[in-house]
Amino acid sequence: MPNYYIALIPLLPLATFVLLGLFGRKYLTASSGIIGTLSLFISTIISLITAYNYFFITGKVNGIFQPVLALKYTWLQFAPNVSIDLGIMLDPISMMMIVVVTFVSLMVHIFSLGYMKGEERFATYYAFLSLFTFSMLGLVLSSNIFQIYIFWELVGVSSFLLIGYYFEKPSAVAASKKAFIVTRFADLGFLIGILILAYNAETLDFSTLIQRLTDANSPYLINSTAASFFGISALTWGLVLVFLGGAGKSAMFPFHIWLPDAMEGPTPVSALIHAATMVVAGVFLVARLFPIFAFDVAALTVVTYVGAFSALLAAIIACTQTDIKRVLAYSTMSQIGYMMFSLGVSQHGGESGLGYMASMFHLFTHAFFKSLLFLGAGAVIHLVHSNEMKDMGGLRKLMPVTHITFLIACLAIAGIPPFAGFFSKEEILMAAFHSNKIVYFVALFTSGLTAFYMFRLYFAIFWSKESHANADHDEGTLSMKIPLIILAVFSVFAGFAPLSSLVTSDGAAIETHIDIVFSIAPVLLAAGGILLASKLYKSENSKPQSIATSLGGFYTAAHKKFYMDELYLFITNNIIFNMIGNAAAWIDKNIVDGFMNLLATVTAQISNLIKGFQSGKLQLYAVYFFVGVIGFMLLFVYLWN
Amino acid sequence: MNEIGLNQILIVSTILFFIGVYGFLTRRNMITMLMAIELILNSVNINFVAFNKYLYADKLDGTFFTIFIITIAAAEAAVAIAIIIHLYRSLKSIDVDDADMMKF
Amino acid sequence: MTDLSILVFSPLLFTLAILFCRTATQIKWTALIGSLLQLVFASSLMYSYYVERAAGNTAQMLFEQRYSWYSALNIEYYIGVDGISVIMIMLTAIVVACGILISWKMETLTKEFFFLLMLLSVGAYGFFISLDLFTMFFFLELAVIPKFLLIAIWGSGKKEYSAMKLALMLMSGSALVLIGLLATYFNTDIGNGVHTFDLLKIAHQHIPLKMQLFIFPFLFVGFGVFTALFPFHTWVPDGHSSAPTAASMFLAGISMKLGGYGCLRVATYLMPEAAQHYSWIIVLLATIAIIYGAFATLMQKDLKYINAYSSVSHCGFILLGIGMLTKTALIGAVMQMVSHGLMTALFFGAIGMIYERTHTRQIKELGGLLKTIPFLSSVFIIAGLCSLGLPGFSGFVSEMVVFMGAWQRPDAFHRIATILAAASIVVTAVYILRAAGSAIMGPIKNEHFNHLKDATWNEKLASVLLIVAILSIGLAPFWLINLISPDTQLIMENIARGAIGN
Repeated sequence: MPNYYIALIPLLPLATFVLLGLFGRKYLTASSGIIGTLSLFISTIISLITAYNYFFITGKVNGIFQPVLALKYTWLQFAPNVSIDLGIMLDPISMMMIVVVTFVSLMVHIFSLGYMKGEERFATYYAFLSLFTFSMLGLVLSSNIFQIYIFWELVGVSSFLLIGYYFEKPSAVAASKKAFIVTRFADLGFLIGILILAYNAETLDFSTLIQRLTDANSPYLINSTAASFFGISALTWGLVLVFLGGAGKSAMFPFHIWLPDAMEGPTPVSALIHAATMVVAGVFLVARLFPIFAFDVAALTVVTYVGAFSALLAAIIACTQTDIKRVLAYSTMSQIGYMMFSLGVSQHGGESGLGYMASMFHLFTHAFFKSLLFLGAGAVIHLVHSNEMKDMGGLRKLMPVTHITFLIACLAIAGIPPFAGFFSKEEILMAAFHSNKIVYFVALFTSGLTAFYMFRLYFAIFWSKESHANADHDEGTLSMKIPLIILAVFSVFAGFAPLSSLVTSDGAAIETHIDIVFSIAPVLLAAGGILLASKLYKSENSKPQSIATSLGGFYTAAHKKFYMDELYLFITNNIIFNMIGNAAAWIDKNIVDGFMNLLATVTAQISNLIKGFQSGKLQLYAVYFFVGVIGFMLLFVYLWN
Repeated sequence: MNEIGLNQILIVSTILFFIGVYGFLTRRNMITMLMAIELILNSVNINFVAFNKYLYADKLDGTFFTIFIITIAAAEAAVAIAIIIHLYRSLKSIDVDDADMMKF
Repeated sequence: MTDLSILVFSPLLFTLAILFCRTATQIKWTALIGSLLQLVFASSLMYSYYVERAAGNTAQMLFEQRYSWYSALNIEYYIGVDGISVIMIMLTAIVVACGILISWKMETLTKEFFFLLMLLSVGAYGFFISLDLFTMFFFLELAVIPKFLLIAIWGSGKKEYSAMKLALMLMSGSALVLIGLLATYFNTDIGNGVHTFDLLKIAHQHIPLKMQLFIFPFLFVGFGVFTALFPFHTWVPDGHSSAPTAASMFLAGISMKLGGYGCLRVATYLMPEAAQHYSWIIVLLATIAIIYGAFATLMQKDLKYINAYSSVSHCGFILLGIGMLTKTALIGAVMQMVSHGLMTALFFGAIGMIYERTHTRQIKELGGLLKTIPFLSSVFIIAGLCSLGLPGFSGFVSEMVVFMGAWQRPDAFHRIATILAAASIVVTAVYILRAAGSAIMGPIKNEHFNHLKDATWNEKLASVLLIVAILSIGLAPFWLINLISPDTQLIMENIARGAIGN
């Protein structure tokens, strides 16, 4: 089959991981960066070719994109018809995702050449990056819902390894643990969701699953909507639980608490994992199962409101944070919220599938400008050695390339035409407007907030006070500037990508148009946000402080992230550790073990009672013996008959 | 004159057995105790031979067992005397009451 | 290699050879060569097994041998293997070889130590190949008693207490087994009132339901004690923690599997109706063990206690798989036995190697080891990731197979049990990361840690061997499933037959 080469896309990074993981530390310390980057470069080329082939040559049958199963290998057979297959599925979203993943990952690889230079564990870093890229590619190419779960866990662990890269910092270790455990908790839901769906559809294969659960006449669908638990059908349970897993990875409320802390990892890692790729896995998952979601209004409603609420909440918190990476983290969460509710308000097929297309479009454009923002932030942090806004300011002269590219990214995320974010956000708002007005207004308000906090960040870094950073540092090496420039170019032009004809819910192209009248409101709001930010933060003044004071409790609550961390900490420490864990340990020590010890004590006591017979006098023993024998003889002779 | 029957022999062996038991229980000297054990064993031997002769004259199993017991008794005597010598070395006595370490 | 007896006699020979060695070096090499040779035998057994199956041999047991041992009671030395025993033998060979490699520095009473270790392995090999219940029991006992000495002499902490507790609890377990076996024996009839200990013959007999209901608890609880059936698990934490490294590896890696194997091969296979009758109790106890073990682990402060309690939790999956009585779940139970055996051996090995260097196992006293001993720390993290069920390692595969199998029971009771069991993987992640986070990562807590030496050749070899075995299951589980699937099928058929007989 000529399609085998597609397997190289994920396998090349895997090979790099194995190579660098085994030998990198000792033998390839210097060259590991180049090796990793080159192999990923090849992988990127192949994925571009694959995507091109799919989108423009082979993918379409009768004007509709069909999923193609390029490879399939039965990995684990549970029952005659239920198996985990490792396969590669080509369809519009997986093609879009491999392009995004390999491309952003390549940029991050190049950027890290300069950023991570001189690190002691340089080879390990590239090994982990390769592992992550492999897992993420495996995830998006999955043809089987269990395969996606496997790679889901793998991206989780690569994220864990990379957040904990600076393992000597206790805060990094804590953050990596938190990220892993919170997402793991959500994954439990995913796993149970898989079990429910797989049990009801008797398959794990995506295409079969979707086909069986979307055909109104299929017995599988009828069974799974009929079976109910607490009055909710098995299908809804399954989908909501699967979404729970997606919410965990995508940092949706209430599982978002790990994302800001995850910024403890090296900044390029945050750009790759916690901005552009892994965190959109949840969106991808919902999109992957979208035909089934579209069948189940209840599940889709959950998706909508969780997405919208997360978008708003994150935007509010982002306005109050002072660590630049945390601001970006909350903005990521907010943007993913957009993608989620956009899926939520969509329907399957035709023009009403606008939300689906918009969500994918936003995922696409967001990957570019958000990774650009993170890499830019990385360059800034590289220069000033701090994450805090108060240590920055006036950097526009010191780092002109970073300044311009960062500005472009800010304009893109704020939704100013003609930058990339404008187009995708426009589609999302349009989809929301047509289906759910509450969500539309939340989204509109959030887009104003987005512009405000992004420009707050921009002004605080590049304007505000005069720079007192050490001027003999320069912006960083060429390898750090090139990715910034490339990504900036994409942030400007990605909006013109013809996604509406390529990535849609049912594979058929849909018509989209930019309605000028409709665009006025969001653009004006964004411009207002920018203006406000420039008033408050362009030069150093006391206005932000006084506004914060006048907002009082609300500001403090937002600044403290609405006490979510404290709540979780309370639950884990007081309830799980102290109440359940301690109780289990106590019961084990005192009751279960105590019972065994009691048995031993009783035995010892009895033996204490009767040990007097054991006098040590041999002849006394012999007397016992003879008396015993005679006793038995009498017993047998007289009682036997 | 009456033929010597099984009963007479059993009486002899019983007397011998209880002499052995009496000796084993009352004597304090380990060597004497060992000799008493030999008496017990020999009373059993007599029983075996007698039963063989009077009840199963066509078989030899009883005599076999006697030979077994004699062999084992010899081995046992060797082991017992070795133990006694060791006890004597450590306790300077072969009085059985002195060897009462094996209690609780 | 089709002569199964060599699997028992070769290690026995080496065990005896150790007694004639003079220097510590000779002893170690004798033990190592013996165990490596055994690994070769085990691998070639597995190869021959595959060849034989591929050639179309569908007999239930292959390479059978039968010698009458005590004909009056019809006790035979009857051995043979199916896929399940083959993989368990392979597991034993790997764990024993690694245990010996890791104990390379053993200096006190070297001869006795390796002698006892090898003797234990003889018991385990014999147990896994026996098809005669009496012979099986004989080898089971052989695999219990040396443990007492290993812990009491070479252990650490409150070793006498632990050794006594372990020996007493395991002995009472085997006493229950013995009662069960004898009761089984006297309820068999192979013509003319002759009884038999022959496993396969008993399986085709129909033991009256009343008797099954009486016998099954003895057998299951008896074997269950070995595999940490709640509430008879308390020997596990103390015993594992006090034992020397190699003995912990053996205990958790193989000894606990003797119980699982017995529960499956003897209790469930021979008493199918009783197994169905009692299955809800098994599921209940297994679920309790999984959850409760996991939560109890959360509060432990000593690395060995963490792994010991997590073994309670993980062995719960074996019992859960057996109790669910679906084919997939049984496959999962067997896979979990293999997987847990390898993983926990690696974990105890890593903890032992770290302890040897740092002289502490308390989490709060350790820290920053990744910087000074990267190899050992990576081994620890790999073992931990395997324990928390990361895809690519064997733990994930076996747990998922158990879940998939368990989910096939559609009633609410089994569903809730499965969900609770699945929830334990979150708790597992918490305690594993907590241990790894503060003991391995983080800042260096003790000046003395800066001068630690990383793994030596033997330790590296042992770790790599175990990791390769774990990966080979985790990355390509199909070979294992193909190996054990026909045998679980037969067990399931017996259970189904029992259901019809009802």
